[in-house]
Amino acid sequence: MEASPHEHEPENEREPIPAWSLPADAVDRIRLRHKWPERVTREWAWGEAGGEGVSVCILDSGVEAAHPLVGEVAGAVVVSRGEDETTIVEEDHEGDLCGHGTACAGIVRAIAPKCDLHSVRVLGAGYTGSGPVLLAGLRWAIEQGFDLINMSLSTTKQQFAGLLHELADSAYFKRTVLVASAHNMPVESYPWRFSSVISVGSHEETDPLTFFYNPEPPVEFFARGVGVDVAWMGGGQLRVTGNSFATPHMTAICALVLGAHPELTPFQLKNVLYLTATNVGGDV
Amino acid sequence: MSDDRFRTTVAAAVVGAEEAHRALLESIVQVARSIFSAKGSSIWLLDEEADELVISAVARDEERHLLGLRMPSSQGIAGWVLTTRQPIVIEDVQSDPRHAKDVAERTGYAPQGLMAVPVLHGERVLGVLQVLDRQTRFSLGEMDLLGMFGNQAAIALDLLQRARRAKAVLEEGEVDIAAVAALAAQLDELEDDRRAAGLALLQALRDLLRE
Repeated sequence: MEASPHEHEPENEREPIPAWSLPADAVDRIRLRHKWPERVTREWAWGEAGGEGVSVCILDSGVEAAHPLVGEVAGAVVVSRGEDETTIVEEDHEGDLCGHGTACAGIVRAIAPKCDLHSVRVLGAGYTGSGPVLLAGLRWAIEQGFDLINMSLSTTKQQFAGLLHELADSAYFKRTVLVASAHNMPVESYPWRFSSVISVGSHEETDPLTFFYNPEPPVEFFARGVGVDVAWMGGGQLRVTGNSFATPHMTAICALVLGAHPELTPFQLKNVLYLTATNVGGDV
Repeated sequence: MSDDRFRTTVAAAVVGAEEAHRALLESIVQVARSIFSAKGSSIWLLDEEADELVISAVARDEERHLLGLRMPSSQGIAGWVLTTRQPIVIEDVQSDPRHAKDVAERTGYAPQGLMAVPVLHGERVLGVLQVLDRQTRFSLGEMDLLGMFGNQAAIALDLLQRARRAKAVLEEGEVDIAAVAALAAQLDELEDDRRAAGLALLQALRDLLRE
């Protein structure tokens, strides 16, 4: 099925050409049309924007579409593996198998109400094979050209680290931003440790728009992740804690920024996030 | 030492190890329950062959009937924690009617709230550690603490799984292992010079194999 690709215009009007080198007469070609103000504020970064025109993919356990806190789901697919290890992507009619994807979708909807939500279900069909399904689902989501992919999950399997790294880098260059949950346990896990993704840990404050830049990586940002009221299965609600709920907060803030500035590359988006972080310049 | 006696000695050590590790797992859930002032705590172990989670330790005697209880490996909160490797805290589970009913039907007890962390050993995920129904609100520091308990459980589970594999090998009496066991038993019965010569020969064999 088709997902809505990037609908915004790139920085330059024509199709962007990778600039392998920059001859003198080509400087004009990469001139940035959108001037940034001397001081980047939240008012400039997103103002009254609600994430309009931004496509957000929830790569998780599915999303319960009829939930009042989630609203319309623009597209939902389930990813599985065929007998010959092929990837099967089918329309998903089951919704959410454990409630988690619905919770993430509800958080994004609450902060960026005008964004388009898409669900790619990669969890719930058994532990065995969950790694290849996750990779296949991520690859499919990147191919669709979603603006943002929320990954409130990670894998510890070394065998997937290289492939995940390649996928994360390809997403970065194709202007799809991966927002991934960091681990608060001393383990090597992915994809949050890759510098091409936005990695998120939790803070304990209650304001959904409070987020901190972390000058001590690998975790890049801290967002709200403690005592969050979220949508859950069966039209219900729960109060939850965990980095997996801080992540959709950051995804939603990215949606707000991209809604107001669709021309931003992932690199520029990270710059805006840094400049508007609560501990940098976000209080003005 | 005869082959049979050698096997018996090793088997006894392995069986003893299994019991000691069970006690260690139980101690972990008991301490977790106590530290977090919770009603219960349990460890779900992943059975990779069956692709299921199995309750392998509980904190309270009245929960002992839950030992061995199984569920599909990616269902429910524990399944989500296992497949995503992400810790989670849920308050007021009851407002998730499907989950509460499902759990109550299986265990006879539906918790109000729970915290769960993956039990990770290196790149392997071995299971899930849960703490049920805390008295007070949860903080991030406590999640880190539960993660540390998860690590301790991971070490115990890893040892337990090794012991089980060793036991299975002994019971199945694999030809290769049996031959090595017989050799070790014969060597053990030698004395003085012959024993020293035998050990030197084994050392030479190890050096050869290392190359």
